[in-house]
Amino acid sequence: MAPKRHAAATPSTPSATTTTPLKSTISSSPATLKSNASPLEIAHYVLNQYLTTTPQRTKLLDAFMGFLAIVAVAQFLYCVLAGNYPFNAFLSGFCAAVGQFVLTASLRMQTSGGNGGDGKKEGGKAGGKGKSVRIAGEEKEDGGECEVSHERAFADYVFGSVILHFFCVNFIN
Amino acid sequence: MADAPVDALLKGSSGKNTRGLLRTIILFTIAAAAVSSRLFSVIRFESIIHEFDPWFNFRATKYLVENGFHSFWDWFDDRTWHPLGRVTGGTLYPGLMVTSGAIYHFLRFLTLPVDIRNICVLLAPAFSGLTAFAMYLLTNEMSPSPSAGLLAAAFMGIVPGYISRSVAGSYDNEAIAIFLLVFTFFLWIRAVKNGSIMYGALTALSYGYMVSAWGGYVFITNLIPLHIFVLLCMGRYSTRLYISYTTWYALGTLASMQIPFVGFLPIRNSDHMSAFGIFGLLQLVAFAEFIRGYVPTKQFQKLLTSMIIITVAVGFIGLSLLSISGVIAPWSGRFYSLWDTSYAKIHIPIIASVSEHQPTAWPAFFFDLNFLIWLFPAGVYICFRDLKDEHVFVVIYGVLASYFAGVMVRLMLTLTPIVCVAAALALSHIIDTYVTISPKQAQAKSTESSSESLRSSRSPVVGIYSYASKAIVTSSVVIYLLLFVAHCTWVTSNAYSSPSVVLASRLPDGSQFLIDDYREAYYWLRQNTPQNAKIASWWDYGYQIGGMADRPTLVDNNTWNNTHIATVGKAMSSPEEVSYPILRQHDVDYVLVVFGGLLGYSGDDLNKFLWMVRIAEGIWPDEVKERDFFTSRGEYRVDDQATPTMRNSLMYKMSYYNYNSLFQQGQAIDRVRGVRLPAEGPQLSTMEEAFTSENWIIRIYKVKDLDNFDRDHMSAAAFDRGQKRKRASKRRGPRVLRTE
Repeated sequence: MAPKRHAAATPSTPSATTTTPLKSTISSSPATLKSNASPLEIAHYVLNQYLTTTPQRTKLLDAFMGFLAIVAVAQFLYCVLAGNYPFNAFLSGFCAAVGQFVLTASLRMQTSGGNGGDGKKEGGKAGGKGKSVRIAGEEKEDGGECEVSHERAFADYVFGSVILHFFCVNFIN
Repeated sequence: MADAPVDALLKGSSGKNTRGLLRTIILFTIAAAAVSSRLFSVIRFESIIHEFDPWFNFRATKYLVENGFHSFWDWFDDRTWHPLGRVTGGTLYPGLMVTSGAIYHFLRFLTLPVDIRNICVLLAPAFSGLTAFAMYLLTNEMSPSPSAGLLAAAFMGIVPGYISRSVAGSYDNEAIAIFLLVFTFFLWIRAVKNGSIMYGALTALSYGYMVSAWGGYVFITNLIPLHIFVLLCMGRYSTRLYISYTTWYALGTLASMQIPFVGFLPIRNSDHMSAFGIFGLLQLVAFAEFIRGYVPTKQFQKLLTSMIIITVAVGFIGLSLLSISGVIAPWSGRFYSLWDTSYAKIHIPIIASVSEHQPTAWPAFFFDLNFLIWLFPAGVYICFRDLKDEHVFVVIYGVLASYFAGVMVRLMLTLTPIVCVAAALALSHIIDTYVTISPKQAQAKSTESSSESLRSSRSPVVGIYSYASKAIVTSSVVIYLLLFVAHCTWVTSNAYSSPSVVLASRLPDGSQFLIDDYREAYYWLRQNTPQNAKIASWWDYGYQIGGMADRPTLVDNNTWNNTHIATVGKAMSSPEEVSYPILRQHDVDYVLVVFGGLLGYSGDDLNKFLWMVRIAEGIWPDEVKERDFFTSRGEYRVDDQATPTMRNSLMYKMSYYNYNSLFQQGQAIDRVRGVRLPAEGPQLSTMEEAFTSENWIIRIYKVKDLDNFDRDHMSAAAFDRGQKRKRASKRRGPRVLRTE
């Protein structure tokens, strides 16, 4: 398929360079968790892991998602507190944020190793992204089978966003 | 099926192209067969819109074509629901009208001036060809065998369960909705398989179109989340699911809210809440998966349990709070009646009174699906053998749709596609196993095709070597297929191709005799009444009167206002003295009743009369009582044993007025109910007969104006008959009338 060829052609994206510390995922990370750690500790650990292992590009996407989430929450709070008078407007604003969030999450999944938990990917991620190199060790079957190239994923993303915003603008009255 | 034997001749490098060409030709042939088998009614009768609802769609389409899209969107129709009017633009599913309007303008653009009526009549057959094609695509996603898709397309093209709603002239929402249903499911399966945003977005677009076309979109709204939910429960979460579902939901919900009639329902109505719930659940699962990437299993479980408990609690409290405070509307009545089949009968007589909302009779399954119905379980079993995500979908769809089809006759329509898919899977399995010249070839073929598509775990090494068994199985399959085609043709030509506006019957010598009373009467109305004469009739005929006679009606088939319908029901079921003021208050000029007594036409108003009584009783339990219409022995009679309430009701009087004069003294017979009528016919004093059609099917009465001498109509009529009685009391009569 075409996507595979594309992916093979783009191994040296900046993301690849930043993912070098990825090798040391769970085993050699600074704080190995105790088996009876409190949820707070776990959360802290997760945050650390995230900061060390996520490529720069994906972090950018995450930041955008965070921003969208804040926008959505703000709109929702406004609706609850100040009334929902132009309900169409609220809905389309809210849906735009949520929809964009979801689309971005999808894009992130497709571009960052096809798997939400990219920490599990052992190194193989850096080079052969589009190749369906997947670790069959865990019980998850073909979940990470992501034969979508970055370009294709981004084109899809744009397509979805255009439709989303078209509907929103149409709905806003 | 035609594909398989030819395959043997088509090996090698050019084989693929040839097979592709053959497949195209076969698909075109199937589409042509699908279209042409729906043309019985046009050939037998004429190019005419059928039944009831299509007449409204037709009228709306004409309005759209004449006045343009914007005024259609804002259309306020003051010619229906007489005093109230109807915000038509905001209370219909515009997909059908917009589609045919677009086709009309496109043909105009190509300088092909086609009458809008012909477009409307032929829209359903045209779309059935597309449905067959969509079916091919959908089934191809399910099975690696190319014959399955073609079989499914052929089945879908001619299966009576679908033809019943898509013959030429049945210009109803289902005409395009079934195509969209199948196509949406195809795109959805594609999206789940590929996990691409694009297919998710296309699914959403197709879904949006579907929403604009048919209220049955709720089926998709609930089926897709259910599919996801089952997959999640099976532990099959993957990013593909997340991507396809969330894209579909986010875009599809927005798309569905663009339709004014749907509006805010997707966030208010409980019917749509499952989709929303799954959306939320999927976010959580995705987040959990994301976290899981960072944490060892043990801590993750701890985290997960606490997370699940919190979200379930929050969600439950939130949902119940919203339900209690009424932000989320409760489930709509039609859906209650899906779960509890007697719900509608008790609470909403107007839904129960429609014949297509009745539970399905068992023979109907065989009648509508023929041998597909027993291939259906086999196909579902085959799905279980090779349980990928898309097969789970078939299983869920099959189970749900079988249940719904059992509850409501009209939902047979949603069952039909999946039966076709499953049956085609089963049959193609049989054919692939038996109809090969030798097993060696089967092996070669299967290895060849496995390189291009996902190959199931079938073992091609094992084959059928005995020619006898091959011949027996093959010939029996062929016989079944031939029987199926014969059955479909027979059902289509005999059961589903009647326009119901024109009735056909046979004379004793075998020649056809067309009963065209409906159009005769509607045309009479069109020619002989003023443009704004209000016609009262039972709601079944509202759309036809609006479409054919072009006169304002009181109630019609868009039964949005139960009270208004009950008003008409009350007028019909009350004595004249009560009905007359009601009719006057609603400016009624003419009352139309359908009477089949002379001809033996059983769908007449007297047979529907009990529903009028029930619906009226629902609003005025003190004034109309169903019990009064039954004799003391609980019988519904119209002869001389009929109860006084029955005999005084306006409907009874209008049906049998002057009917005696057709027969010799005391010989009047009602051929529908098979009874001899009382010797003395009913007297009408507040109405006068205006028109009775050739076979007495339609009778139209003019509501008399107030009497010139200020008498009440009873005494006026009595005076005209030459009876001099109650002279003294005539002064009081009219006063009562005015004050009411």
